[in-house]
Amino acid sequence: MRRSIVSGVLALAALGMGTVAIAASDEPELKEQHWHFKGPFGTYDRAAAQRGFQVYKEVCSACHSLNLLSYRNLEQLGLNEAQVKGIAAEFQVPDIGDDGSAIERPARPSDHFKKPFPNELAAAAANGGKAPPDLSVIIKARSGGPDYVYSLLTGYVPFDQLKPEQIKEFHVTKDDNFNLYYPGHRIAMPPPLADGKVQYVDGTKNTLDQQVRDVVEFLAWASEPHLEERNRTGIRVILFLLALSGLMYAVKRQVWADQH
Amino acid sequence: MASQHGAPPVFNNKVVAWIDHRLPIFSYLEKEYHTFPTPRNFNYFWNFGAIATVMLVLMIVTGIVLAMNYTPNSELAFDSVERIMRDVPSGWLIRYMHMTGASFFFAAVYVHIFRGLYYGSYKAPRELLWMLGVVILLLMMATAFLGYVLPWGQMSFWGATVITNLFSAIPVVGDSIVTWLWGGFAVDNPTLNRFFALHYLLPFIIVAVVALHVHGSNNPLGIDPKGPQDTVPFHPYYTMKDGFGLTVFLIIYAAFVFFAPNSLGEPVNYVQANPLVTPNEIVPEWYLLPFYAILRSIPDKLGGVIAMFGSIALLFVLPWLDTSRVRSCTFRPIYKWFVFVLVIDVLVLGYCGAHPPEGGFVIASRLATIYYFFHFLVLLPILGKIERPLPLPPSIADAVLKKKAV
Repeated sequence: MRRSIVSGVLALAALGMGTVAIAASDEPELKEQHWHFKGPFGTYDRAAAQRGFQVYKEVCSACHSLNLLSYRNLEQLGLNEAQVKGIAAEFQVPDIGDDGSAIERPARPSDHFKKPFPNELAAAAANGGKAPPDLSVIIKARSGGPDYVYSLLTGYVPFDQLKPEQIKEFHVTKDDNFNLYYPGHRIAMPPPLADGKVQYVDGTKNTLDQQVRDVVEFLAWASEPHLEERNRTGIRVILFLLALSGLMYAVKRQVWADQH
Repeated sequence: MASQHGAPPVFNNKVVAWIDHRLPIFSYLEKEYHTFPTPRNFNYFWNFGAIATVMLVLMIVTGIVLAMNYTPNSELAFDSVERIMRDVPSGWLIRYMHMTGASFFFAAVYVHIFRGLYYGSYKAPRELLWMLGVVILLLMMATAFLGYVLPWGQMSFWGATVITNLFSAIPVVGDSIVTWLWGGFAVDNPTLNRFFALHYLLPFIIVAVVALHVHGSNNPLGIDPKGPQDTVPFHPYYTMKDGFGLTVFLIIYAAFVFFAPNSLGEPVNYVQANPLVTPNEIVPEWYLLPFYAILRSIPDKLGGVIAMFGSIALLFVLPWLDTSRVRSCTFRPIYKWFVFVLVIDVLVLGYCGAHPPEGGFVIASRLATIYYFFHFLVLLPILGKIERPLPLPPSIADAVLKKKAV
């Protein structure tokens, strides 16, 4: 009790707000995966990211926006200009016509990804009161990053497989979605993916694991589109600095030689 | 080297000579950064002043470029930062350099402060130099806090809310001050606008104070140079040594900028600020965690605020709290170890600051806070009186050459 007074007084009571403490021990260890983009030599697996875009387009985009991306960005995933134009043209986006009236027109590569809902209120109203989060930087915005999103999307447990104490502890009802990795476990999003959900155009076997890995690859790219350039530049910069420091050390020793 | 001691420099270049006769900037540079007689025994701890200066310049340069592309509006700020990351040419590099640079600037300054503590650089005649350094530290903390608010993520917003609310602890006028700081009745667009203006202003004030913070250095022995045999000209001896140290520092910095730019920050700051959703934990950046732990260790808001500011205010009077006549810990057999205990204490505070104030963390941060004040207010004054320092060497040259002989 005293402990909660301390924290409350100092951080939150000042704001006149309470907080629901979620014990970290509730959530199991994330399922750590090998990712193509990890490490200083990491790159994005273009084929996986393209499949991931298909997963996003066919499943996630029904509720989740990707506001910071434009269709033109897809060229970085290896699609050509005509393909990107084709993808953009599938969407009707609002605009203002030459006479000033509101119109809808096919999207161009320079347009941002079309939002599933016109605004946040509409998104909240259609999703039980809370707007689904934008996914543009989701991999950077969650502790654990790609492993967290992977674990979350593969971490659903059907109601009939839950242990009685889990149901009791987390007040789970038949209508709730129970997720092992979500803080508090009851998540508004129903399991979005399952075996066989998305029919891949490249014929890859569409297991749940494959679809999740692909969509995470795509979202990781969306969060950090310059990662490959960053890694390449970084290796060059560090090699240069290593050589320079070697040179500096030699010069320094030379200069100091007469003082020792 | 002929001009090492006293003789005015002669410039062969006519233009340089013409300018220098009217505006002696070249003489000044020559005197301060070329022939300047510098103690010959600096170790690598003495690199960190130069490193911190380079980081300050780097922060200002990257910051100015960021400001050209940033929009200080609560509706647009978050997206404008992401726009810099995605669409501004090399924007990701500039932004990650700035973001990671803040951490490395603090890291360099903390090592610099440790050096000052260990080698007694705050003692006469460097008291004012030291106090100006504490002013720089305070300005840096303010600048870092203001800058952290600008991306307008969740931690930006809630960090700003918590820290500005500290001022409400001031009796009577506290709430009015908070409203005045916010420019409204909550952290909102006016707050962001003024924080941006101040974040742009303060670094230049830091530069001004840094310009005053360059009086002749102490050295690892803590004894004054007694003649030419104790010193070497600043250039090339220390330009090269600083250059080497700086390059090594930059390698570590570059490793973070390019390969782990987000590892020092909170993921939740990539979620746009939302006044209706409080993050699970509100924590500052790592370099402010020890002070945050002190703040939270006192079970009273005003007391916590006083303790936090007091922990830095103490540093202002440090030159008078330390009663020992000997500067360098090299010759202080007991205090030497207590400096390391203080470092561990501050690390413990930092560790506690990163965790919610529950269970063991509350006890640990209270004990560490008590020890922090005990160190400065009790240990330091008493130890200086009872400790028996080792005999000081007759001169720097003597000590250096003897070490060689062994």
